[in-house]
Amino acid sequence: MTSANRLSPLEMDAIASRHPHLLQGSSNKRLRTILISAGLVVYLIFSWWFFSIGHVLGNANWGIAGTYLADWVSYEVRPELKIARDKTMTIDFQRNSPLGPNPNPSWVELDKETVTRTVEIPASATPSAKPKASSSFSFMAPGSALGSTDAASMQSRSETRTAEVITRAVITLNRSTKIEVADGLVTATHRGETLTMAVDGQDTVTPQGTLPAWATQKRPGEKITLAFGATGWAEVEGDDVSVRNRFFGWANFLFDTNSPFFGKSSAEVLSLITSGERIDPARSNLGLAWNNVLYNAEWQHLDVWTKLLQTVVMAFVGTLFASLVAFPLCFLAARNITPNFLTNQIVKRFFDFLRSVDMFIWALFFTRAFGPGPLAGMSAIFFTDTGTLGKLYSEALENIDDKQREGVKSVGATPLAVQRFGVLPQVLPVFASQALYFWESNTRSATIIGAVGAGGIGLKLWEAMRTNSDWENVAYMVLLILLVVFIFDSISNALRSRLIGQKAH
Amino acid sequence: MATSMLPKHLSDNGALVERHWQELNSRRRLYSWLGFAVLMLALSGSLWFANDSNAGKFFDRLPHFFDFVGDLAPRDGLEIFRAMFDLPSPYDDGSFKYNYPEGRLYLTESFYIPEYVHKMLETVNIAIFSTVIGTFFGFIFCFLAARNLMPNPWIRGFVRRLMEILRAFPEVVIAGFFLAILSLGPIPAIAAVSIHTIGALGKLFFEVVENADMKPDEGLRAAGGNWIERVWFGMVPQVLPNFASYFLLRLEINVRASTIIGAVGGGGIGELLRLSIGQGHQAKTLAIVILLFATIFAVDQFSAWLRRRLVGDQAFQLAQ
Repeated sequence: MTSANRLSPLEMDAIASRHPHLLQGSSNKRLRTILISAGLVVYLIFSWWFFSIGHVLGNANWGIAGTYLADWVSYEVRPELKIARDKTMTIDFQRNSPLGPNPNPSWVELDKETVTRTVEIPASATPSAKPKASSSFSFMAPGSALGSTDAASMQSRSETRTAEVITRAVITLNRSTKIEVADGLVTATHRGETLTMAVDGQDTVTPQGTLPAWATQKRPGEKITLAFGATGWAEVEGDDVSVRNRFFGWANFLFDTNSPFFGKSSAEVLSLITSGERIDPARSNLGLAWNNVLYNAEWQHLDVWTKLLQTVVMAFVGTLFASLVAFPLCFLAARNITPNFLTNQIVKRFFDFLRSVDMFIWALFFTRAFGPGPLAGMSAIFFTDTGTLGKLYSEALENIDDKQREGVKSVGATPLAVQRFGVLPQVLPVFASQALYFWESNTRSATIIGAVGAGGIGLKLWEAMRTNSDWENVAYMVLLILLVVFIFDSISNALRSRLIGQKAH
Repeated sequence: MATSMLPKHLSDNGALVERHWQELNSRRRLYSWLGFAVLMLALSGSLWFANDSNAGKFFDRLPHFFDFVGDLAPRDGLEIFRAMFDLPSPYDDGSFKYNYPEGRLYLTESFYIPEYVHKMLETVNIAIFSTVIGTFFGFIFCFLAARNLMPNPWIRGFVRRLMEILRAFPEVVIAGFFLAILSLGPIPAIAAVSIHTIGALGKLFFEVVENADMKPDEGLRAAGGNWIERVWFGMVPQVLPNFASYFLLRLEINVRASTIIGAVGGGGIGELLRLSIGQGHQAKTLAIVILLFATIFAVDQFSAWLRRRLVGDQAFQLAQ
């Protein structure tokens, strides 16, 4: 394009003044845009106030969100050192530690010493209160922070006993992070910075020197929290150092800590299964291993898979029955097939009714009728989708090409034959495609109605979330659900594109 | 066997064609029967499994099928009306069953909004708000995912996968996660519904964009428009009616979704309904069900009407 062809600004202005309506949108249209945007802004501000979003987000505990998210793909091991007045220590791991009942991980180095001394034992509580052999409070002097929590300590008796105590503990979280406890001094090293804290075995902790950025203490003497980022964190109190060491991965995914296969490498497990002696004389090692996997107490594989299958079954049966029931009814609802206004309206309003009483309400009702379980969810999907599919089917029928029907009718076919050869071939692929689409989308919605008790994985998912400590199980179930949805999505898409060509997706 | 049924008057070639056709036909019939048998097998297996793992067995519970109707029958018909509008009940005995006026939300000294209407509005507002958020992000994502506007396959693939994950991620997990961080209330429901909506609407939107007329875009490109100008002046005006239609369609779905999410702790009417059914408060349950039914029905009808005005009958065509 040469510059000679280009319009000069003057010419452009001339054109613009000759055809103002072309270059400027009508004021009506512009006003409408402004009004809609203004309305939207007002609405957003109103909703911000209505849901008090700012307030809720401000008060939210975002620190915990990070921990929960990290729990999806990692787990914590929590060694806890209890420090007595004489600066000796005992170590304890959390209950149901992923390392098994008597953990002795290589990253915790302990120097032990055997001492004999007189301790006072509360009359009743000690043996039953803590089942573990390493139970800490028999070593506590009376009146110490933990001992005093026990009201029964008033009627305690004295006893001389020999015990093994820890004099020095080194916990290595990773290459740059280390916590050393010895002689009432806690030394934490993180990324080249070192913090030394003096603990008195009772309730005061005093940092020596200034706190680095990763350590916080709210008030002097109170606990110091050490945050090591993704590696974990630690809390130092006067009588207690608790460490959270975070490891990436899912702990004990196959075998739980009670399994004889626990803690063995995969090669060891394999050789046990193929050639090892029977652990349980009643069955083969393979059978035992499989059983241990299925009934893994932490991951509950069998239960999760059963619940997932329930969800799939709910969607499948519900949608299938819905399409079978909607199929004859939609012929009554379509005005070109059944030219009776009253019948059309009654059936159509019936469909509307089934659809508008939501799946969720049906689910609640059927949970009352059948008890919690997949029957309730199945019936809920069946009722709702009879309405939805019936509506879609009758709309499809109303849009058919009349020529084929007329052709079949003109050769003297019975009314039934007219439907069979004049109507069905046109709509059957569409019907099947719709049913498949709803089968797939119901697999998703079956998850959520499960959470109100209608069977399937929803309730299990919900319960795992309620405890706030099983996020790795949630992640596992979500992964399975995504997998199932993805598979069904592909199957349904493949079938549908074969049925009605590439247009459906 | 098929040969014996051939008509006599066909030529050799004709007979061949006829035989071939009959073979094809019988094979097709065989496949149909096989498919049907597999389906029936799967169905009966599923039914057995569902019945087996259900708390109550189907045939034991079938006589109780209409028990919930009994659960719904209030002491008199006016009770429903009183429950819905928080009017005092003559049966009031101080229990939660008849304490209708306690839920009133006073706006002024004497004017109040009934509890259920208030909660219903809250649920609808959750739906609208999340649909707006979902539409906003879906609008941004769809142009990045459309083949005709985003030639870079990496960005396109990434945005599409992202939307797929957002769509398939169980809403109940998102709600549960935010419930753990925030307190009980509508925001977990908003988060869950919006995140799902972004994925669902994004997909519908980019399909619209891919089917759009590219001539305005060519014109803009020829005139040297940048990517944003091409999208804003070439694409948006033609896809906007369809987007609005899908927005309304999604709104219908989200009203239902926010009710369900409410039942698992997201506030709104869903929670009240679950509690009311669980505790056997007939009049309250019926009042909520009627309110919910009317709302969903009204939203559906309104959106259908508006969509028909926006894009005509195309809005109701089957490709979804």
